[in-house]
Amino acid sequence: MSEAHITHYLCIGCPLGCRLEVEDNGADDVVKVRGWGCKKGRAYGEEEHTDPRRVMATSVRIRGGRWGRIPVKTSGSIPKAMVREVAYAVRAIEVEAPIKIGTVVAANILGTGVDVITTRDMERA
Amino acid sequence: MITAELRHLEPHYDVVISGGGPAGMAAAIGARERGAEKVLLIDREAEAGGILWQCIHHGFGLHHFGEELTGPEYAQRYLKQVIDNGIDVLTDTYVYDISPVRRLKLMSGSQGIRTIDAGAVVLAMGARERTRGAIRIPGERPSGVLTAGLAQKFVNMMGLLPGRRVVILGSGDIGLIMARRLTLEGVEVLGVFEIMPYANGLNRNIVQCLHDYDIPLHLSTTVVDIRGRDRVQGVTVAPVSATLKPDMSRAWDIACDTVLLSIGLIPENELSRRIDLRLDPVTSGPVVTSRMQTSANGVFACGNVVHIHDLVDFVSEEATLAGQAAGDYAMFRHLPADNIRLIPGDNVAYCVPHTLSTDREHTVYMRVRKPMEKCTIRFGSAFKTKVKYVFPAEMVNITLMPELLEKFHGDTLRIDVVQR
Repeated sequence: MSEAHITHYLCIGCPLGCRLEVEDNGADDVVKVRGWGCKKGRAYGEEEHTDPRRVMATSVRIRGGRWGRIPVKTSGSIPKAMVREVAYAVRAIEVEAPIKIGTVVAANILGTGVDVITTRDMERA
Repeated sequence: MITAELRHLEPHYDVVISGGGPAGMAAAIGARERGAEKVLLIDREAEAGGILWQCIHHGFGLHHFGEELTGPEYAQRYLKQVIDNGIDVLTDTYVYDISPVRRLKLMSGSQGIRTIDAGAVVLAMGARERTRGAIRIPGERPSGVLTAGLAQKFVNMMGLLPGRRVVILGSGDIGLIMARRLTLEGVEVLGVFEIMPYANGLNRNIVQCLHDYDIPLHLSTTVVDIRGRDRVQGVTVAPVSATLKPDMSRAWDIACDTVLLSIGLIPENELSRRIDLRLDPVTSGPVVTSRMQTSANGVFACGNVVHIHDLVDFVSEEATLAGQAAGDYAMFRHLPADNIRLIPGDNVAYCVPHTLSTDREHTVYMRVRKPMEKCTIRFGSAFKTKVKYVFPAEMVNITLMPELLEKFHGDTLRIDVVQR
């Protein structure tokens, strides 16, 4: 039988930054999350321990816009371990102004099931 | 469309707002809510929205919109409301002078030099970043030393990288955000150096921007030398003592081509000084009442021009209040004046607003001087509340209900944050 193991996390759900303590059974099964201030924090502690995920934001080239870059983000969270890879893949994208907020610039990026979308409108300059 | 061309500038407006960032946009909508008909929002950039456009990361709006947005999404949502509310937006324009009777002088790309009168004015100019001169880092003066926010604009909006090997001085949020941002662009971030024994940015940024990418955070350590003739070639860093004195015997060199500074923001109060507003020496922003009125009648202020916020959501909240008050003032609706002065006491660096009235609910924003766990926040004998911990980097906000103040008959309330 494996021993109980405690890992500490800082909750990022809000700026309060609750100090979470996640106890597992030595395998990946979470036994208990302590130190949370809200339900979201408890869920975060569990997810951060078993399947950490992040929303990734970056900017991509745009032709004919007011600025040379337009901001984009993943439409949902992706596995933390894939953030760098997704960011590098997105660097190849180039779009054309005008473009609307929420436009998909890469669908199902690297098979994550998540799209990369624009986060603002940009008119033609 | 997120920009609206202003064709005709009127000689008089009910409410004029200087600064079209998150504070200015919320104030404009607030003024409109209170019936101000002619509202003018002025911004110096080509589009209103302020610094939010370059803050492309995620995490804005949880309090205000109930969902997490990026900076541009937050800006666009607000700007759409501004335009839908029929507020005039004048971009590419500076307000360069203001008089005590609220006559404003503008310098505008589209309108030229103009003078307008305002029933009420809201100051929402925001803040600027502290630069190298503010902390006198010794060494040479090569290129490659820039503020984190400028680098953010270069990378996120213009697609320019500031360098290849970067050292970040100061652990402010913008510096932490840029550590991650540059890493994702393939730039090597060698470390974040903070002179204080605790980080200056939000916890979530320490976790998501540094821990996630194994970027070291060196506390109680600072840059003591910058080397390089034309371009930065390296820095020397050293641990500091409790009195912040560098220990040169333990100093080490780092080869890098860029130094980003994330060492704080200064409220932009040049306009406030034109009319001699009373300023708070701690915040460097105007002293304000519970309705965000400055020491000049009919001149209100909100956002980072008053005090530095760490969340845009609180800027929106405070600015809505300022805009509503400006709308009331311009429409000749006057509320009772404040009758309680707030005094920052133990472990309270400052509080905003500076005065309160007993007739309404209030939110008091404050910042502590040093971290403390398991503490009590006391408002004289009128109110106290327990909090788990406080940090200088995280603004504390407390809501005071009118019933708490009803039984209070003094003139001043001292705020203390004390250990339990």
